[in-house]
Amino acid sequence: MAETHSLQDLQQPAVSSKVFIQRDYSSGTICKFQTKFPAELESRVDKQQFEETIQTLNNLYAEAEKLGGKSYLEGCLACLTAYTIFLCMETHYEKVLKKIARYIKDQNEKIYAPRGLLLTDPIERGLRVVEITIFEDRSIGSGR
Amino acid sequence: MITRKVRKWEKLPGKNTFCCDGRVMMARQKGVFYLTLFLIIGTCSLFFAFECPYLAVHLSPAIPVFAILLFFFVMAMLLRTSFSDPGVLPRALPEEATFIEMEIEAANGNVPAGQRPPPRIRNVQINNQIVKLKYCYTCKIFRPPRASHCSICDNCVDRFDHHCPWVGNCVGKRNYRYFYLFTLSLSLLTIYIFTFNIVHVVMREFHCLTVLEVLVCFFTLWSVVGLTGFHTYLISLNQTTNEDIKGSWSGKNRVQNPYSHKNIIKNCCEVLCGPIYPSVLDRRGLMQEDSPVSATSAAPSSSSISNPVPQTMKTTAALIPNEHTPEDAKPSVAASAEKSPSPKDGDPPAPKVPPLASPETDVETSIVKDKTH
Repeated sequence: MAETHSLQDLQQPAVSSKVFIQRDYSSGTICKFQTKFPAELESRVDKQQFEETIQTLNNLYAEAEKLGGKSYLEGCLACLTAYTIFLCMETHYEKVLKKIARYIKDQNEKIYAPRGLLLTDPIERGLRVVEITIFEDRSIGSGR
Repeated sequence: MITRKVRKWEKLPGKNTFCCDGRVMMARQKGVFYLTLFLIIGTCSLFFAFECPYLAVHLSPAIPVFAILLFFFVMAMLLRTSFSDPGVLPRALPEEATFIEMEIEAANGNVPAGQRPPPRIRNVQINNQIVKLKYCYTCKIFRPPRASHCSICDNCVDRFDHHCPWVGNCVGKRNYRYFYLFTLSLSLLTIYIFTFNIVHVVMREFHCLTVLEVLVCFFTLWSVVGLTGFHTYLISLNQTTNEDIKGSWSGKNRVQNPYSHKNIIKNCCEVLCGPIYPSVLDRRGLMQEDSPVSATSAAPSSSSISNPVPQTMKTTAALIPNEHTPEDAKPSVAASAEKSPSPKDGDPPAPKVPPLASPETDVETSIVKDKTH
């Protein structure tokens, strides 16, 4: 039942609950998540740390969806090749998604896993929510 | 219990068909799409076989060359529109659905017994405009702005434009530009073939096959060129067909389109040259499937696990009926099973190809659709 992405624990902790960080649509349809700190995580992780994680994610998604010279150029060049160029090339968005996946993995390893939490990459939930799995706090003398 | 590895597309809910091991995604009814293919390939073949040799010799060899390039571009855009994921939003997993239900309950507070709870709507302010996010009872999510549920494909699609039977797929965020380029290039190709048919008739002779081509081109011209014009208008205003039909931003009650940049060039650039969004529907990921009897969750794998819940099974989230839940969702017999008209294949072309089965705007019809699985 437990997801053991990169947890170093020998035992598999049970899932206590899940929190879902919803999308923030106040800036339009761009991919952005709410930075409001959920009450369920109060005892587990530092508020500022959490907000920093979400803010960095938002910045990365903003970078992926940025409308600018680079994206226009990519769009126009791709159109000239009838979009066949993407059979061999990655889009800018896909490159940033890989960056995001690395960032989430990194955050999980450094900050969230030691606190019994696990961030799920939003792309696995249709970019709708950031799913945070809260594991039962079984370890003796845990950080918090 | 036998476990086997399956691709996720095999277990996706919704009424799509998949080909090439999940690489191709289309609607279930493909008859009109085959007609589109037949008309385009048929007419172009006749043109290349009969008119082009003469025109190449007597006018210029560039004529068939340009026609071939245009033909390939049209086919590439058509196949890209038809085969790609339009921007389908995956349904909420049971835990997420339960979480949202709990939030709704908390927001509604205590509803006195006998009274219906308020409709499931979230208000969000975008660009000084209040936008209502509706709850989709089929997908168990609050639809993002501009998303809509397509009753034909039974999916919520992001930036839903319309369901096009001619391409056999929904047109949404991910494939709208291909759809537009398809109509634009098809308009050009039709005009091109039409013009050179006339030239051929004038220069050479009156052949019955030429007449056939001219007829096809004539009817195609009126519909496709009109459609291209309509979508050019929509793009310049950054609106979708769905919004236009519903009159969402018609301007009455001082309601304005919050997504428009108020600049035609910027709107066009965003829609046509904006970032190319990846599919959020993992079709080719692998998952473990237990024996068909029990719908259990799979063993942990590196990709996300989606519960192989069959379409007819409800999620574990308790559904709180409200005024939008039709009678058949409550423990009483449904008055009518089918509310929306079934999609009509082979409708005559119209300047504006409307969604022949209207996209899901009414939660009632979406529940009815859910029931009819």
